[in-house]
Amino acid sequence: MSEGAIRTTARPVAADGAVGFLRRQWPWLATLAFAVVVPWFSYDWSTGRHSGFIVSMLSQIGISIVFALSYNMLMGQAGLLSFGHAVFLGLGGYVTAHVLNAAKGGAVPLPLELTPLAGALGGLGFAIVLGYFATKQRATAFAMITLGIGELITSCALMFQTFFGGEGGVSTNRMTGHSLFGLGYGAPIQVYYLIVAWTALSMVGMLFLSRTPLGRMANATRDNYERAQFVGYDPRMVRFFQFALSGLFAGIAGALYTLTYEIVTYDTVAGPMSANALLMTYIGGVGVFAGPVVGAVLIVLLQSWVSLLSNSWLVYAGVLFILMVTFAPMGLTGLVLMHQPIWRGGRMGRLVGPYLRLLVPALLVVLGFVLAVELCSFLTIGAAQGKSFTLSRITIDPRGAGAWLVAGLLLVGGGLWLRVAMHGFGVAWSAVTEDVKRAEVRA
Amino acid sequence: MSTPALRLTDVRKSFGSTAVIMGVSLEVAVGSRHAIIGPNGAGKTTLFNLISGRLPPHEINRRGLSRSFQVTSIFPRMTVFENIRCGLLWSQGYKYSFWQLVGGQRALNEAAARLLADVNLEARRDVPAGLLSYAEQRALEIGITIAGGANTILLDEPTAGMSRSEADHAVALIRRITAGKTLVMVEHDMSVVFDLADVVTVLVYGQVIASGPPAEIRANRAVQDAYLGAPAEVA
Repeated sequence: MSEGAIRTTARPVAADGAVGFLRRQWPWLATLAFAVVVPWFSYDWSTGRHSGFIVSMLSQIGISIVFALSYNMLMGQAGLLSFGHAVFLGLGGYVTAHVLNAAKGGAVPLPLELTPLAGALGGLGFAIVLGYFATKQRATAFAMITLGIGELITSCALMFQTFFGGEGGVSTNRMTGHSLFGLGYGAPIQVYYLIVAWTALSMVGMLFLSRTPLGRMANATRDNYERAQFVGYDPRMVRFFQFALSGLFAGIAGALYTLTYEIVTYDTVAGPMSANALLMTYIGGVGVFAGPVVGAVLIVLLQSWVSLLSNSWLVYAGVLFILMVTFAPMGLTGLVLMHQPIWRGGRMGRLVGPYLRLLVPALLVVLGFVLAVELCSFLTIGAAQGKSFTLSRITIDPRGAGAWLVAGLLLVGGGLWLRVAMHGFGVAWSAVTEDVKRAEVRA
Repeated sequence: MSTPALRLTDVRKSFGSTAVIMGVSLEVAVGSRHAIIGPNGAGKTTLFNLISGRLPPHEINRRGLSRSFQVTSIFPRMTVFENIRCGLLWSQGYKYSFWQLVGGQRALNEAAARLLADVNLEARRDVPAGLLSYAEQRALEIGITIAGGANTILLDEPTAGMSRSEADHAVALIRRITAGKTLVMVEHDMSVVFDLADVVTVLVYGQVIASGPPAEIRANRAVQDAYLGAPAEVA
């Protein structure tokens, strides 16, 4: 659902009852149902176990969704580019680990289901303290301060042994014996369902926040901070509250991380983790609420599946990021939403042909690029690992000229073809959008 | 005389060694429509910025003053309705609250809908403000300025860049929605000024050379010489 699609009318929302709720929210409810059902596709009836790989990947998706959405509270909703958002995930995780250890010792009889609250409080607390400094500034200065905060906390994580556990991090055990439902949480699937519940709860919470006076004014200060001041708001306070609440949700993501992996190390507060939030949010799209959700799912899938197949998954993620920033700054959801007027105008059919003509050269370029990257990778890392490059039982020699020639041909030939096809597509696209506009004016 | 809505006493401003405002004193009575005119470079916008820039803008707002800008200043990525509603939030006392949905606030949404009707933008309710025409954006900006609940409103060239008929609409709009409020505006369009203002102040090179009712200003020889050039332009 897009923010643009949110119709806020003077009449109370409840007026159209449960049917209206279902009609408006069915994509979310379907997603939730899918999340509940999907581990059972990997259930092995002979051993009575779920695939560990699938469950771990799904848990990772849930954590990433919360993390990316909390990042978008800054980036998309308030126009604040942060380079240190992992700090609040990590600190929430550390706090949760300590609370779990205390619960295990019997000091805090906190049911496991509620431990994400500890992460939330941790994230919130640190975001209040650090956000007080960061939110004094906006734009580039804000980005620089968050970068500094990220570096600061990362180095603290290696220095202060008692809280951060140094390089080894803090280990914990989620089987504390305290549960609201009498569950042991030894099996990853139980933790997965806990993650589903907290992810759903966090999503509702963040969607709610985006529709409050604070959320709206975050948008307003993003769009025009001078105008926001002249309607009475102090943009610094708006940024501060938004930052603190975003830290709260990042802390929940951190708690879920701790529950899943039962160890928190300094990686969780470090730069690459922050970059991950940026990557997921940007690729999914900052303009709509669902954007970071799409991005989180996609990046985790890339991370899990492509990293099984290839050493170079980060190269692909990086190139995808650059392509998105260059050609689709509103992300994947932005691309989809661009088609909305055409879809409503009933003219999607006229784009099928141009898209197909774009598809073939695009695939050739992708193929050429993947081949080139993999050849490089097998020449260097692959050789060191003693792997050989096989493609459907044909072994390819990365030192031979043949494969390189094919890759080069695909890249250059496909690239030239793609240029021509893109031009044709541009013409078709503007013809269709013009047509839709004219039809709208007539209506 | 009762306390004026706005009082400037010997206001001065220099940028480096260039004096832009050289001792301006001005009183704007509550409920009046006051126009500041003057040739380019007379310091009109600078005077505006001095009035609205003495404190951080949000504190200026809280003292009952709001302003529009010479360059249109709206929230371009938000819908027209959302623009107006954001203008209302502070004056309706919502502050930084994050525990109530804006959609559920009946009085707020009704006020926003009324204001939307006042600025004739009902048909454009759900359009992102950045996609409006220029004249519509100016009308929206006036709407946001009014929404802030201020009693004193500064408008910086509200009809700049508009066609004759658009300007006439804008004048009617300003007249209607600033009823009962104090209005101070900078304006180039003489027909707008003489149509709308009760008091006209003429600013030339950072100094007030005349101030009074439109008819008096029209007849003022010094004004004609210094600013209006030929009497024909005044007509």
